[in-house]
Amino acid sequence: MLLVRCPWCGDRDEAEFRYGGQADVDYPADPHQLDDATWGEYLFVRANPAGSFDERWVHTAGCRRWFSVVRDTATNEMRPDIPRRRESR
Amino acid sequence: MTVPQKVESETATTDVATAQRHSPLEHRAAEFERRSASGARGVRLREEPFLTQLDLRTPPGGSSAASVAEALGLPLPAANRATGDEHDAVLWLGPDESLIVAPDGRAESLLRTVREAQRGGSGSVVDVSANRTTLRLSGPMAREVLEKLCSVDLHPRAFGPGDCVQTLLGRVVVVLWQLDREPGYRVMVRCSFAEYLADLLLDAMAEFLDG
Ligand SMILES: [Zn+2]
Repeated sequence: MLLVRCPWCGDRDEAEFRYGGQADVDYPADPHQLDDATWGEYLFVRANPAGSFDERWVHTAGCRRWFSVVRDTATNEMRPDIPRRRESR
Repeated sequence: MTVPQKVESETATTDVATAQRHSPLEHRAAEFERRSASGARGVRLREEPFLTQLDLRTPPGGSSAASVAEALGLPLPAANRATGDEHDAVLWLGPDESLIVAPDGRAESLLRTVREAQRGGSGSVVDVSANRTTLRLSGPMAREVLEKLCSVDLHPRAFGPGDCVQTLLGRVVVVLWQLDREPGYRVMVRCSFAEYLADLLLDAMAEFLDG
């Protein structure tokens, strides 16, 4: 079991949360211009690093708010997401 | 095509609805009594039906929040806390969301009060009294019972009167609110999950039934 830190409620059991996948996946500016492969890439393809990963969680059984964390996928260590520019994505 | 009958005046409709309403656990009141225990290792369960509950959304720290708090006569609570007492209280639900709790029959007047206070500002208030019913769990062993079902630390060093969290009991989302040191708790649960939660609690209480 993971202990997940909700920025509002504090440390809670993982069972109170749902996972929201990779953070900061931008919606395409003009989806109609995309071919199927690019649209498919947007919908289904995500980074899969062994290490730091920015991701979304929602505290479904608590305050029901979405938030971002940085999780080390190798150790499951979680720390708060620090807002920063992500121009490279 | 039939023409719908004209709806009666709102007051009359409300009176009829009040007279005919049923709470989710009223048919189990005698069972709760029978399966409660007093004494040094006792724990008691009963339903507190029909509490007035209003969902309040208001940006924290703003002028709207201040005027609502003043109109209610209660400060808006900090995270994981409740203000007020078991009769009139405000429970924290989220960074911009609270639950106003009051005795049965207070919804309309409280809605008016809060909407008046919100006038010109931002925010909303909605009557959600029918969403949840309330279970009162109290007695020396009440914490032991909850600890079988709950992952939040309820030890007095971490949780006490006025603390209030939304969490899971078993597999169901609840608002868990400690009222006093006995300890006594209110567990507010969606009506359709109330039977499941009552079964869980009664099962967890069984070992204390014979002292
Ligand atoms: Zn939370």
